[in-house]
Amino acid sequence: MTQVLVLVEHDADGLIDSSRRAVTFARGLAVANANSKVAVCVIGEVPTGGAELASAIGRQAAEYGVASLHVVPFTGYAPLAWARALGQLADSLSADAVVAAGTDRGSEVMAHLGAITGEEMVANCFAVSRSGTHEWHLTRQRWGGSLIEEAWLEAGRALLTVATDAIPPASVVEPVAAPLELELEAYEPQLADGDTSVVATESPEQAGGVSLASARVVVSGGRGVGGVEGFSVIEQLAAYFGGAVGVSRAVTSLGWRPHSEQVGQTGTRVTPDLYMACGISGAIQHLAGCQSAKTMIAINTDGDAPIMARADYAVIGDVNEVLPALLEVLRARG
Amino acid sequence: MRILVCVKRIPMVGGRIVLTPDGGQIDTSMLGFTVSPHEECAVEEAVRIVEAVRAKGGSGEVTVLTLGPPEAADQLRDAVALGASKCVLLETDREWGPIATAEAIAQEARERGPFDLLLFGNEAADSGDFQVGIRVAHLLDLPVVTGIKGLALEPSGSAGSLAGSLPRASARREYRGVEESFELGLPAVVTVKEGINLPRYPSLPGRMRAKKAVIDSLALGWQGEALSTESLRVPTVERRRAELLGRGAEAVPALVALLESLGLLS
Repeated sequence: MTQVLVLVEHDADGLIDSSRRAVTFARGLAVANANSKVAVCVIGEVPTGGAELASAIGRQAAEYGVASLHVVPFTGYAPLAWARALGQLADSLSADAVVAAGTDRGSEVMAHLGAITGEEMVANCFAVSRSGTHEWHLTRQRWGGSLIEEAWLEAGRALLTVATDAIPPASVVEPVAAPLELELEAYEPQLADGDTSVVATESPEQAGGVSLASARVVVSGGRGVGGVEGFSVIEQLAAYFGGAVGVSRAVTSLGWRPHSEQVGQTGTRVTPDLYMACGISGAIQHLAGCQSAKTMIAINTDGDAPIMARADYAVIGDVNEVLPALLEVLRARG
Repeated sequence: MRILVCVKRIPMVGGRIVLTPDGGQIDTSMLGFTVSPHEECAVEEAVRIVEAVRAKGGSGEVTVLTLGPPEAADQLRDAVALGASKCVLLETDREWGPIATAEAIAQEARERGPFDLLLFGNEAADSGDFQVGIRVAHLLDLPVVTGIKGLALEPSGSAGSLAGSLPRASARREYRGVEESFELGLPAVVTVKEGINLPRYPSLPGRMRAKKAVIDSLALGWQGEALSTESLRVPTVERRRAELLGRGAEAVPALVALLESLGLLS
């Protein structure tokens, strides 16, 4: 019996979306790897014994075809301690693959685990198969998903992070033999003193308007907006929709707008219903952050700009002409 | 205050990646080169820290290191133009994976150190491995924090490492709407994210210094790695030509109709 161990993250409602995708990925690996089962590891303060959160996680784990659910009781986030615990649990389960969503935390913990054991850690995978006891075939993203790499890994155990935007979360549709709610099994790791010397102190950020990451409408401006003043109309349009302002990297590099508004590979990745790219040419750096938008409208003077090949709808024109006219009509409607 | 900053030469790929005819690598014949955005900020952060130390009468210097082809000297010179003072080029004849890269960097850091602070970008824009800084920290037995968007060094009585005890670092980042802060003693490894600062443009004297900069080069032999690339491909996105709604302000009625059909207008 082999196992694939997944480090999952949770919030107050249960498993986060990225972790559900990582479990979906792991289940694919387990199916391809005959007789393999998926075990998940939760690290944190999860009260056991029928508490609501434990119950939600147990139910979701069962829905996603997980065979066993392990909880490491731990207060706070200490990357090295989390990696140590995950590694010890993987050893105790004889897991032949350890997987985490490619979130900042997932990536950080998996990199620590690789550094502790000296094993390879392969980031941003979205397909994997095993072709021998020591050979894995991996498909992974490079350049934020703009380039795909097929790679071979020689390793007894694979440490992988998952490019979650390439894996839709899928629960197990068929009725499963597993119980409807998995029991949480506590696991106590052996931590060294130094493992907890770097630990996060958490404080909620100031809520400043609509969050860019979760906005349903994002109105983004690029170099084509022309300057700081041009963003006034972008702000007004975003406010009209109850959405958020986004910008391209060129705009933050020019100092026109703060980096917190940057959409892209090195900024925020957005997933709105509507993304309006105004005066943005569509560099890979930018597209990596907005390609999950349901609908994209591009407004650009250059009909051959790369953004035009990725948008659903286009207006060829100067944003400083189109947007004020649009705003006027929208306001006239009341 | 001695700081080591590690950067990686990458092509400026623009709007769409084009591969060489054999599909083995990115066709860079028409491209310029740069370093990852996170790393530009790492260089800027290092220079600012050393400037602050010097302003208080202390001493400090920034060493910038890269592992890559001989041409990566250009990226070291770019860092000198921003204020770095020493350059180390670990020459390789192919792209190295994260384990081999981290071992080479750690080896150099030991030989040229001690460094009080080692700065990296959070992850390289091309490979996105997210681990070289963490592996270097483990090899050097140093504490490490990643993804940092705010870094402050709190003085502990003296301005520089030569004069007495090292400052402590206070680092912060965001995760899922929560601010996380970390306290750690130097020496330490910190990987930073774009947004921690706004990198300056090189000054004219900076550019002159960059031209004259001495590049300390060392050729490294490849030892073989467990992870190997089989092939690369550009993902097939639907090259949907966007539906043209119109030109200029004449497109507004079509835009409004579209927004209405998307259910976005009340």
